[in-house]
Amino acid sequence: MRLWRWLADRWVMIVALLVLGYLALPILVVAALSFNRPSSRLSYDFNEFTVDNWRRPCATSDMCDAVVRSVQIGFLATVVATVLGTLMAFALVRHRFRGRSAINVLVFLSMATPELVMGTSLLALFVSAGVPQGFWTVVISHVVFCVSFVVVTVKARLAGMDRRLEEAAMDLYASEWQTFRRITLPLVLPGIVAAALLAFSLSFDDFIVTNFNAGTTVTFPMYVWGAAQRGIPPQVNVIGTAMFAVALLLVGLSSLRGRRARRTAAPVGQVEFGRDAGTR
Amino acid sequence: MTGMARDTPTGDLRLANLTRRFGTLTAVDDLSLTIAQGSFFALLGASGCGKTTTLRMIAGLDEPTSGQVLLGDRDIGRLRPYQRPVNTVFQSYALFPHLTVFENVAFGLRRRGIRPVDAEVNRMLSLVQLDGYGPRRPAQLSGGQQQRVALIRALVNRPQVLLLDEPLGALDLTLRRQMQIELKRIQTEVGITFVHVTHDQEEAMTMADTVAVMNAGGIEQLGAPADIYEFPATAFVANFLGRSNLLAAEAGGTSGGDVAVTAHGTRFSVPAGRSRADHGPVHLGVRPEKLNLVGSADQVPVGHQHVTGVVTDASYLGVSTQYLLRTGWGTELSVFAANTGTSARVAVGSEAVAYWDPRHAFLLPRDAVDTDPTASAPNEPVGASS
Ligand SMILES: Nc1ncnc2c1ncn2[C@@H]1O[C@H](COP(=O)(O)OP(=O)(O)OP(=O)(O)O)[C@@H](O)[C@H]1O
Ligand SMILES: [Mg+2]
Repeated sequence: MRLWRWLADRWVMIVALLVLGYLALPILVVAALSFNRPSSRLSYDFNEFTVDNWRRPCATSDMCDAVVRSVQIGFLATVVATVLGTLMAFALVRHRFRGRSAINVLVFLSMATPELVMGTSLLALFVSAGVPQGFWTVVISHVVFCVSFVVVTVKARLAGMDRRLEEAAMDLYASEWQTFRRITLPLVLPGIVAAALLAFSLSFDDFIVTNFNAGTTVTFPMYVWGAAQRGIPPQVNVIGTAMFAVALLLVGLSSLRGRRARRTAAPVGQVEFGRDAGTR
Repeated sequence: MTGMARDTPTGDLRLANLTRRFGTLTAVDDLSLTIAQGSFFALLGASGCGKTTTLRMIAGLDEPTSGQVLLGDRDIGRLRPYQRPVNTVFQSYALFPHLTVFENVAFGLRRRGIRPVDAEVNRMLSLVQLDGYGPRRPAQLSGGQQQRVALIRALVNRPQVLLLDEPLGALDLTLRRQMQIELKRIQTEVGITFVHVTHDQEEAMTMADTVAVMNAGGIEQLGAPADIYEFPATAFVANFLGRSNLLAAEAGGTSGGDVAVTAHGTRFSVPAGRSRADHGPVHLGVRPEKLNLVGSADQVPVGHQHVTGVVTDASYLGVSTQYLLRTGWGTELSVFAANTGTSARVAVGSEAVAYWDPRHAFLLPRDAVDTDPTASAPNEPVGASS
């Protein structure tokens, strides 16, 4: 009886912890293996603790080349997709034009398309257009699938923004540009940043589309795939853990910034936590 | 704001045949009016009659379908909002959520390149009793506090014309009265033209030099508060601004300075100077506080007119008692009797006589189909005061 009562009170938390464990376990394994000295090339057992892998992450030099290439591609694809996607989101939310709803559907369609289909069709396009495959075809194809995610993310943020704020700014002597710079952009920025992070992570770990269009270029996911056949070097786990740590750091920083902004915004002794500041 | 300070249009604000259509709906319909420079103008009207739309066209946030907005002799109707010496206190506040209260208030000053801003902004904050609230975000303020920030954010710019869209709606009565006095003081001191939209007719009447009652996109009546109240132009105004007892009647022409009226078989008269029609269907109107209640017809003073009825309701309101008197033909008249202590209260169910001085009555033209508006909704005339 006691046990049942105890469980009934806490089952939500127990389920939550189980789910968290389920999500975190693979990452923990990767983190642990990054400190492992494997007994053989194809062994995934924890053999012996070492920090060698962390000290010399580029021992297998072609892996580090692949990581750098993936970061370059991710960066380029993110910048282009974020700029294009943001402009497109503004057009879709702020203007009524012919074909607007058709574009909305197309944006969703490219997210719903299986990567396999997108990869092959891009390949067909590049081949028939006579474009040699390599670094730039990968960038182009990454931009293609990142743009729609950016559009959707920024659009949601923009649609939730009150147009009257911009009217108020104009009423208070802000020109169109000043209104954009001081009101619109700061309010939409969290959406744009979120979209850029999403685009980068989509691009960084894409394998299927990249594999079709990379030619002889090797990205990090392709390197890992290739290495898996021959035995993955433990340094791959170092890269994986480091990526996760960076992501964690970014999330931590942004939530810390949000909390600090809220705290400084309230004078001492008059703190009201009635509503969220609504800006992030 | 290049050149605006030097080349600011000043003068009376004039709207000329201003019209705004949204599809088939005409929100503002051929509106023409002049608001004297430095005056306090109140715009009253039922919800959805086009008040906000009118203000938006003055501010430049909405394009008129046709017509002009003039300031002095300059047509400002095609200027961008930031080129007009006009600021708005928005009905929805529209505070910038990502800026502090201080930066919200300083926004207009900074855009015009005025600095330092600290002294002025802090002075404004203390004016509305928000000292020390500068570093907060708008979301950390109560509704009334946000409204006050919206007010000073516009006021701090000392524009030629300040548009206020129900700027005091969210405040409690004490604070509202205080702000009314404060607003009125600033307005007289600085000489800004105020265009003030409100649902509070007491507010409109105490603050404004001129009141306009809007209905369905047009101005129904415009004038000094007392003039409109004492002699409304239409049945709508008579019941929107305060309450009126309106009896459906037939006017029978003028004789000797009086218009003869027949209502439900009884003959009355109204001075010609207080009649807006002297023939055909009319409303005979008397304000509830102009009616007196006595027990029998022989108590009615000479020269007064009266109707007889049965008291159906008496509500004691402290300063006054509000009676409902059902007349022989079924109309219910409302009567406000001041509790001066000199007259006894009339019991519900007893017969009573309501009398009035004919000089306090007024005659309004009536569409033949209209019946007594008071009869249809005796307790809830449109826009009854709060
Ligand atoms: N952007 C718009 N598109 C379509 N119709 C509109 C628009 N803005 C206002 N209207 C309509 O125009 C009419 C007048 O609106 P307005 O906002 O001016 O009313 P209001 O007098 O300010 O009312 P309230 O007292 O409720 O604020 C309303 O019927 C409204 O539905
Ligand atoms: Mg309105």
